[in-house]
Amino acid sequence: MEFITFVILFPLLLALLLYTIRKDRTRSIVVYAGAAILSIASLLLLYLTYGQEATYFQIQTETFSYLLFIVEVLIGAYLLWLAYTHKRWLVSVLVLAQLALITVAEFGAGHHTEPYLFIDEFSAIMAVIIGVVGSLICVYAVGYMRDWHAHHKGEPDQRRFFFAVMFLFLSAMFGIVFSDNLSWIYAFWEVTTLCSFLLIGYSKSEEATNNAFWALTLNLIGGLAFAGAIVYIKFFSGAPEMMSLKELTLLGPVVALIPVALISFAGLTKSAQMPFSTWLVGAMVAPTPVSALLHSATMVKAGVYIIVRFAPVLQGTALGLLFALIGGVTFFAASCIAASQSNAKKVLAYSTIANLGLIVACAGIGTGSAIWAAIFLILFHAVAKSLLFMSVGTVEHRIGSRDIDSMVGLIHRLPIITTMMLVGIGGMFLPPFGMLIAKWATIQAFLLSFTPVGVVLIGLLAYGSAVTVFFWAKWMGSLIRYDPDQENEEGKVSFSELIPIQIIGFCTIAVCILFPLISAAFLIPFLNRIFGEASSIIGTENTIIVLLMVLLIVALPFSILYYNRKGTPTSQYIAGRTGTAHTFSGSLGMTRTITLDNYYLGSWFAEKNVLPIGTIICIALLIFIGTIAGVSFLTGTSDIVTLSLEGAL
Amino acid sequence: MNLIWIILFLVLAPFVGGLISGIDRIVTARMQGRVGPPILQPFYDIGKLFQKEKLRINGMQNFCILSYLVLIIVAGAIFFGGGDLLLVGFSLMLAHVFLVLAGETANSPYSHIGAQRELLQVMAVEPMLILYAVAFYIVAGSFTVATIIEHGALGISYIWLLPGVFFGLIYIFTIKLRKSPFDLSTSHHGHQELVKGLTTEISGPTFGLYEIAHLYEVVILLGMIGIFFAGAPLLCICALVLLYLLEVFVDCSTARVKWQLMVKSSWLVIGLVAFVNILALSLFW
Amino acid sequence: MSYITKSPWIIHYDASSCNGCDIEVLASLTPLYDVERFGIINTGNPKHADIFLITGSVNEQNKEIVQNIYAQMPEPKVVVAIGICASSGGVFRECYNVMGGVDKVIPVDVYVLGCAARPESIIDGVVKGLAVLEERQTALKEGRSIERKVVEVNRSAGKAESANESEVSL
Repeated sequence: MEFITFVILFPLLLALLLYTIRKDRTRSIVVYAGAAILSIASLLLLYLTYGQEATYFQIQTETFSYLLFIVEVLIGAYLLWLAYTHKRWLVSVLVLAQLALITVAEFGAGHHTEPYLFIDEFSAIMAVIIGVVGSLICVYAVGYMRDWHAHHKGEPDQRRFFFAVMFLFLSAMFGIVFSDNLSWIYAFWEVTTLCSFLLIGYSKSEEATNNAFWALTLNLIGGLAFAGAIVYIKFFSGAPEMMSLKELTLLGPVVALIPVALISFAGLTKSAQMPFSTWLVGAMVAPTPVSALLHSATMVKAGVYIIVRFAPVLQGTALGLLFALIGGVTFFAASCIAASQSNAKKVLAYSTIANLGLIVACAGIGTGSAIWAAIFLILFHAVAKSLLFMSVGTVEHRIGSRDIDSMVGLIHRLPIITTMMLVGIGGMFLPPFGMLIAKWATIQAFLLSFTPVGVVLIGLLAYGSAVTVFFWAKWMGSLIRYDPDQENEEGKVSFSELIPIQIIGFCTIAVCILFPLISAAFLIPFLNRIFGEASSIIGTENTIIVLLMVLLIVALPFSILYYNRKGTPTSQYIAGRTGTAHTFSGSLGMTRTITLDNYYLGSWFAEKNVLPIGTIICIALLIFIGTIAGVSFLTGTSDIVTLSLEGAL
Repeated sequence: MNLIWIILFLVLAPFVGGLISGIDRIVTARMQGRVGPPILQPFYDIGKLFQKEKLRINGMQNFCILSYLVLIIVAGAIFFGGGDLLLVGFSLMLAHVFLVLAGETANSPYSHIGAQRELLQVMAVEPMLILYAVAFYIVAGSFTVATIIEHGALGISYIWLLPGVFFGLIYIFTIKLRKSPFDLSTSHHGHQELVKGLTTEISGPTFGLYEIAHLYEVVILLGMIGIFFAGAPLLCICALVLLYLLEVFVDCSTARVKWQLMVKSSWLVIGLVAFVNILALSLFW
Repeated sequence: MSYITKSPWIIHYDASSCNGCDIEVLASLTPLYDVERFGIINTGNPKHADIFLITGSVNEQNKEIVQNIYAQMPEPKVVVAIGICASSGGVFRECYNVMGGVDKVIPVDVYVLGCAARPESIIDGVVKGLAVLEERQTALKEGRSIERKVVEVNRSAGKAESANESEVSL
């Protein structure tokens, strides 16, 4: 209990402290120390949950709840003011609507004595992701933001504000994963929306401001749905105990479907599923640590966290399958778009959207094995993606471009960072590593749910993975292309960037090796409690094979040492022309340049072709969901909502 | 896992693959009105490659080819040891990613385009490998080859239940064998595409490793097709022989297509035939 | 055992030929002559090739290319100059930009004469090159340095035809 309040309040205090520190050096030290404490605390928390049942803590003070309500109102007022000064009327309408709903909910019905805080294995794993990955990103940001301001001379230096918001963000995330009371989750949810808005708009350029408001708008739509869910529970459901997450998931689909649908909808907006994917892509204007934070440890993970929590309710219902389909379509469409992008950060953004789609698909299926896959997807994705974002950010500062085609031969220029990038990319799609293990489990989970929808999802997954292989492998190819003319300039990278990158790189490999342990120690007990019985999806024999493969992949690169000694060096074949790595002698004594660009399949997978299609399909699915929920609300029957699998199909 | 089968695969596969490839070259020659090389020609070729000088573009390339070979062998060992079909597919995919990296690291225009096309080939093939495993799971209730064969021996006729999946697999078989019309990334003896495409910069013993890996892969692919006939060994062998002759015939009688057509057609075939087959099974099985 | 004589892969380069000899080189790959019987494959890639077939005389423009292709072939390797132009420069010998035969820029092992050289002589020349190849293979294995020796296939086109046919049919 003390620990949980500590991890929620400590980053909050840090944020306040950092906002007051004006001196660079002091701030760096505070960030380093804070990050270290936070990481250790979250790891300790994970250790403490080992072998424990889920623990709920009653907090008998109404003051806290009122405090959070005041926070919500303040956020609302601040956003209103911003909307007014920037003349964003849609934002102000959304904020007003939300404030109205939440005020009604606050004063229209009394508080109940639900437990407010809780911890179980899933929360603890999320906390480790937030605590370790999140604080490493903050450490990384120290060096990165110094560089960033050196590159952007015109921008006012608001770094103390920046770091304060970063830690506030972490605090809110801890709040979300440890809260049991929906109104608390909602309050923290709004804080993350605000933080992301502030961070995306950090640079005061017009593009940044526009994209920040766009992110705010879409997230406020989600927030509105969340507020709607709270109002529904308090006034219409007749079961106000549903304000507790635990009760809500226990009550089952018959009673809980409308609030679950609404909150899952909010989760979709937050985790940037189509049709809401555009905000996450727009968020790329922010400095890289912000992207890293949004994509790996916070924000989007809050969205999928809440949907995964509702899995027991969604399981086996038409509604769950519709959510799963939204995830599946998003996975396929976003993977295709990623293949057509040459901008590294956009590739990463779309790949995040795609992977979150997969998690949503798993949550929608909602069986024990699907949730096993979903939680591992969250974990593996968080480490690999944060690693990639941090590496790309550093590379961008060194080579002045975030284009994949200009990262050619980077292995010679920044060997350590490039190796870490290769580990990250490997972690995203290569077989013995993390994401693929999770994908493997996902296929099995879809199959076990064994419905035509499951098969359709597998189809989407099969085609989507094929595209995934395409865009990751070509990126790897660019990185390792032989280029002896590049000079090693790793020395110019600051330690505060280099060290977090290496730690996360190490973690990426470590979680791949430790996944059977994590599964046995935390996931299986967790799933056992919720679904009755659960076992590791990937059998013992296969686990051993996978681990052997990991070892093999780690060992094989050492053969480079052998090969580098052996053999007569030779040049590449350019139709008999002589040349260097970048040039060859053309006709008439001309020296021609060689540029080897990648394939992008622009005529098939361009953003403008694929995005509208994906968006339209997902909107159609959402309308379907809305109709089901609406009809059930109006008629007061839940028959239509609880259509079981057989009935729906 | 069946250790005997793994060892048999490790030892015999290159010889079986080499003989198949030798017969392939003779049959091809006969179809073209030629005499063709001796049946042991593939072994002579590989033997020669290992006696050649080691040229080195960079150490990375040799490492990638070594990994390609090792992972193909791993995939084969899992398959013939009776392991998980999905894992076989994933290992094959990983092996090919390493092959692509070997092509990319050379910094040569020919091998670069070859590598990009190889990636497109992987992309064209990948959905089929996953759907293939899924189809067997639906019918046999397990991903493991051992169980699938067991159930086949008990009387499940996979070929009647999964004709679409079978056809899809044959379609990508041509891509995997690097035979015309899909020999885009690199081609077989006597054909030239982009000089030698992906393998342009791979020479001497390293190229020998690549050739051995390909022999292993041919055996794995034949095995993957073979389990459709589990329980009927004679039929299985006849089908494989016929199928391979068909591939040779297609190789001799078609011209190389563009990569766009390759990707589109294989995705279409997989979607219309294999996926529909699985969907139908999921509704009625 | 030396496999190299059983699987000699060739690369064919047209230095500045009138295309007469090139057509004949390609003719030897056709079903009529079918050099794949001997395991010979036209690879078109110096890194895979054991035998370098050159037609036409070398000029200032392609000197570097000939040398580059030669350099990129892994040892052991053999060069076969095909046709009179490749052997000595032929009728172009005195041209302002022609350097002469191929042996002006790289060591040549076998000369196949004729204008144009007939497929039989070309095959014969390649087979002669095999002996050199095998010798170099042994030298390489024993760690000796390779001596670049010259073998001459000196036949007039008419006579060679009957002589070669008997050899080839073996």
